[in-house]
Amino acid sequence: MTDTVYGPVTDWATDFDHGAPEYNNNIHQIWDDLKAAGCPIAHTERYGGVWLPLTHDLVKEIAYDPSRFSSLTPVVQQLKPSEALKEDPDALGAPIGPVPPISSDPPFHADARRLLLPAFSPKVIDPWRTEVEEICNKLIDDMGDVDAIDAAVQYTQHIPVLVVAQMVGLPLSDADRFRGWVDMVLGGIGAERSEERLAQFMAMDEYLTKHIEDHIENPRDDLTSYLLDAEIFGEKLSPRHVFGTILLLIIAGIDTTWSGIGSSLWHLASNPIDRRRLVENPGKIPMAVEEFLRAYAPVTMARMVTDDMEFHGVQMKKEDRVLLPFPAANRDENQFANPAVVDIEREENRHAAFGLGIHRCIGSNLARLEMNVAIEVFLKRFPDFELDTTEQVTWSTGQVRGPRNLPFRIKARA
Amino acid sequence: MRVHVDSSKCQGHNRCYALAPELFDVDDLGNAFELNDGVVPAGLEDKARLAVANCPEFAITIED
Ligand code: HEM
Ligand code: SF4
Repeated sequence: MTDTVYGPVTDWATDFDHGAPEYNNNIHQIWDDLKAAGCPIAHTERYGGVWLPLTHDLVKEIAYDPSRFSSLTPVVQQLKPSEALKEDPDALGAPIGPVPPISSDPPFHADARRLLLPAFSPKVIDPWRTEVEEICNKLIDDMGDVDAIDAAVQYTQHIPVLVVAQMVGLPLSDADRFRGWVDMVLGGIGAERSEERLAQFMAMDEYLTKHIEDHIENPRDDLTSYLLDAEIFGEKLSPRHVFGTILLLIIAGIDTTWSGIGSSLWHLASNPIDRRRLVENPGKIPMAVEEFLRAYAPVTMARMVTDDMEFHGVQMKKEDRVLLPFPAANRDENQFANPAVVDIEREENRHAAFGLGIHRCIGSNLARLEMNVAIEVFLKRFPDFELDTTEQVTWSTGQVRGPRNLPFRIKARA
Repeated sequence: MRVHVDSSKCQGHNRCYALAPELFDVDDLGNAFELNDGVVPAGLEDKARLAVANCPEFAITIED
């Protein structure tokens, strides 16, 4: 697929398409060109009307202003929220939204978020390190003694799925299935809304509904049972809320981290000096991970405009969507010195890869652990590797950006 | 030197706690607070500055 249902992009300032492969493939060039042309906020009529602000100041202002910019639709789909609601009248509208808390607004948001926070605090997440190390080492063992690998297909894509599956209590043997669904939800925003895609959505719906029903009958020690037991405003969560949150954890936890690990390994395969520095001094990995998160931030979020208004010189309409490109904010020269330079020892690094404001990524401690361990283990087992230039590196489409194929040649193993 | 976390700005990115656990701790929700009334022991001034320079929400301030 090279174009979305909307066809080729004619002009990135007035007709951009964040679901087109071309966007993620050339993302840094596209932002640079827009900024050079004096365009702080790009626009498109595609997807029912979307804005794309490019500076750290604008991204922060929008993220800090949930009353004018609602979180109801964190992913910009082809249908406007009111159209989507017509298709599924049972869907939860604002302030809860379909996948709480990421789709929720104040005041509901804080309560829905507070339920999850204790399960993801640093002191609860740290002990997962051994588990993640085992997962990573096993994936490398399974590669056997070959010299050519696809590090995305054989390594990065599996790590977060296996972790999230254990947390929410999904059978690990189904990991491939829900990774496929997540990829469809996030990667296919510009694809034709075909019968086949609809059938996939139904299958995912059914699978998760069964998963929850099974947990109602047989409670266990996992996040699904925890949520089924939790209360908000003195009442048990609605089944729709539990369903939405489990779906969110799967969606938010998988593609994102897979992308973060992948972009980091892509950088290390392309920059032998950085790779050598980290092999010789693994203590520098945590700082390097923060720089990879800044320079290759995987996640762009979105908001919905709550009312017609003027915003920094542009006329926004109710129900317009606004992308929140945290990755572009991370490359703003007013916030970072030499933002295009990847400096794995950057000391001042207030990057926004995990968002800004009240929706700060709940999984950030887990994501950081997974990235650190995945890179640590990979460098330990493969101290020397490079891109296999006879094969193609490919990137995801949509609001989560990361490599989906990483052909590497392994030059040393330990 | 003293450090202070503005709890109305902190969103729990946990950068301060990761970089300077001698100076900051986090509660069960992942929100940070300064240890020891914010007093920075001699020799840890650089760590305090590093924490400030890595807080995405600009929630940490230093008083000399
Ligand atoms: C490198 C990996 C990851 C990145 C870059 C990332 C990025 C983000 C960003 C930017 C947001 C803010 C959303 C907004 O402003 O609307 C967010 C929210 C969220 N993330 Fe992550 N994420 C990652 C991994 C994870 C993991 C592993 C989990 C859990 C298993 C997770 C769970 C969540 C949840 C539940 C929210 C919603 C928080 C709220 O709305 O209050 N994320 N993430
Ligand atoms: S780095 Fe900033 S936002 Fe994060 S926990 Fe510390 S004070 Fe809070």
